Amino acid sequence: MAAASAGALGLTLALTMSACGGGKSDDASDQPNVDCSQFSQYGDLSGKTISVYTGIVTPEDTAYINSYKPFEQCTHATIKYEGDKSFETQILVRAQAGNPPDIAIVPQPGLLKQLVATGKAKEAPAAVKENAAKGWGEDWMSYATVDGKFYAAPSGASIKSLVWYSPQEFKDNGYEIPKTLDDLKALTDKIASTGKKPWCAGIGSGEATGWPITDWMEDFMLRLSGPEEYDKWVNHDIAFNSPGPTAALDAVGTYLKDPKYVNGGLGDVKSIATTTFQDGGLPILDGNCSLHRQASFYAANFPADTKVAEDGDVFAFYLPGKTAEDKPLLGGGEFNLAFSDRPEVQAFQTYLSSDLWANTKAKLSQGWVSANKGLDPANVSNPIDKLAVSLLQDPNAVFRFDGSDQMPGAVGSNAFWKQATNWITGQSTKDTVDKIEAAWPK
Amino acid sequence: MITGEKFLTMCGAVLLFVAVVGVILFIASRFGGRRSDGPVAYLYLLPTLAMLALGLVYPGLRTIYQSFFDAAGTSFIGLDNYQTIFTTEDQITVLRNTVLWVVVTPFVATAVGLIYAILVDKARMEAFAKALIFLPMAISFVGAGIIWKFIYEFRPDQVGIKQIGLLNQLVVMAGGKPQQWLVNQPWNTLFLIVVMIWIQAGFAMTVLSAAIKAIPDDIVEAARLDGVGPFGMFRFITLPSIRPTLVVVLTTIGIGTLKVFDIVRTMTGGQFFTSVVANEFYSQSFRANNQGLGAALAVLLFILVIPIVVYNIRQLRASEAR
Repeated sequence: MAAASAGALGLTLALTMSACGGGKSDDASDQPNVDCSQFSQYGDLSGKTISVYTGIVTPEDTAYINSYKPFEQCTHATIKYEGDKSFETQILVRAQAGNPPDIAIVPQPGLLKQLVATGKAKEAPAAVKENAAKGWGEDWMSYATVDGKFYAAPSGASIKSLVWYSPQEFKDNGYEIPKTLDDLKALTDKIASTGKKPWCAGIGSGEATGWPITDWMEDFMLRLSGPEEYDKWVNHDIAFNSPGPTAALDAVGTYLKDPKYVNGGLGDVKSIATTTFQDGGLPILDGNCSLHRQASFYAANFPADTKVAEDGDVFAFYLPGKTAEDKPLLGGGEFNLAFSDRPEVQAFQTYLSSDLWANTKAKLSQGWVSANKGLDPANVSNPIDKLAVSLLQDPNAVFRFDGSDQMPGAVGSNAFWKQATNWITGQSTKDTVDKIEAAWPK
Repeated sequence: MITGEKFLTMCGAVLLFVAVVGVILFIASRFGGRRSDGPVAYLYLLPTLAMLALGLVYPGLRTIYQSFFDAAGTSFIGLDNYQTIFTTEDQITVLRNTVLWVVVTPFVATAVGLIYAILVDKARMEAFAKALIFLPMAISFVGAGIIWKFIYEFRPDQVGIKQIGLLNQLVVMAGGKPQQWLVNQPWNTLFLIVVMIWIQAGFAMTVLSAAIKAIPDDIVEAARLDGVGPFGMFRFITLPSIRPTLVVVLTTIGIGTLKVFDIVRTMTGGQFFTSVVANEFYSQSFRANNQGLGAALAVLLFILVIPIVVYNIRQLRASEAR
């Protein structure tokens, strides 16, 4: 008995040992036209490895990995890219456990602040700060600044203040793209008078159900109360149930909770709650609805043969401000936060904050833009990305980051979603804002 | 951590495991003779006890400890988290739903399983009929949730739009209007419970069917000679004979139902007032970042399971003693 188990043990040991012989991952493929002179400042980083941890997974990750290749090729460093769908919860666990990556691509300023609070994040080096100050506006810088220290340069950006429509339908009926909020209301009434339900919407997203309403509310908060009041609301300097936010949610309700206006092709008002956000705008294609408010990324949700262009099947217009001069712009973005200050990590961080990287990345991607002023619009290929860049770089635009992404988790990714869902299924605006206010961490 | 490092860590863990087992086997081999049975048994138990302490007892105690702290886990707030569970409106809804789940699911699933087991007992094609109802057991809760989501799928009553959900298609064919089954509380919770019953009825049926078949033929024969009808047979022979099995089935499904999470998360994500304790515990801990409340909900779940487990064990002991 003892001999037999000893033998089995030996076998297991041998198997385990052989399995432990590590394999090497394949090297970056050669790219011929890389101008290495732009990388000379980073020096030779042979044998150094930099790990990148992110929530961006296939298929979007390809463009990221490819955009790192010129850096790898010219500096001979190795970038380890790790994409994980549960990044938002895992990165906190990893930072707290003392096992953070070198660089994390963080999509929410609120999460960034939480990560900085763990004490594991490193302040951005001077070169990154310089690049960021050159490439992005002050508002962008402030999202990555905690207690006066600047931590991370923004990388990608998306814009949310868009309304999807059918250019053909607008042409056939002589509808004009609205220039003000009043125009938008008038257009809505005009379409509704034809017997059609003008708007379509869907907020279903599994446990995240409700988030599209937070975007609606943020857009109206920006438009009705202005950016200063918006900032106060996001930072809880004014209560969630104070008059400004309440008016904003009521304004959203005039569109989403009016049975005459919704929910084209999808049902009644309540059907907004059960329709997934991916399906929300599709009735535009069948002519069952005319307008759908959703971010620039929504282009990817239309079937592959849909032409997304100003003269195509669907396109988007800017959700107008109160007046034609007002240009508040709601959006989101990502930040490259470092947890290590090794020279090679700082070099890579600097590359990521440069307009060189922004342009390299834009050329490789579909549906990706950056708010970096150094991004040449010519490097963006599709019409919706071009529209996004032009809005982001519009000198009159007042950009604000997605509010719920900046609020504490208990509100931004829990109570706000949940109560917004209850609101669309019948709860009053007052109850809704009161309950969200009550959920704010004391 | 990059993949290579993860792999090395895993290898290290396996090596450690092999080494520990090796040491224990080695020590055990030093003992000899009949007298050594006791010490050897304890020796084999040692790693298990150590792991239980490390992986179950310690985290359990730590969770209880954490439930007295605030969201960040830094300041002591006494029983505030428990007070929140029993006083805020949303949390009371969660408790109400959990009660609904635990009261309805075990009884209905067991009743369906029992009736089915009696109906197909000794029938033609019994094996096939049993396989049909047992099949859902093989499907994961998440898979079942997705299947039933399609059954409840809603499409508006409009020209040019077709129903894709089975239930609404039936309603429309019967002349009714399509309904949004998963939106209106408290009915939506009952529609979720149906999924659990669908899964668990097969389990109840299998176990109960075996118990029914184990009833001695002479008792059945004697009852029949005494002129007992089918209902009398069920009331006075079948039911008392399978009582211990019935208790086991009820409590097992009951415990499973208390922990239900996957179905709720897949089908509604806890929205529309359908959240249950296990789901709320997850969303408080990981989404709302409220460690204290999450821990308190986990402790509550633990406390709720205890009486069922105790009753289960007592019944098992009683039936073994007979």
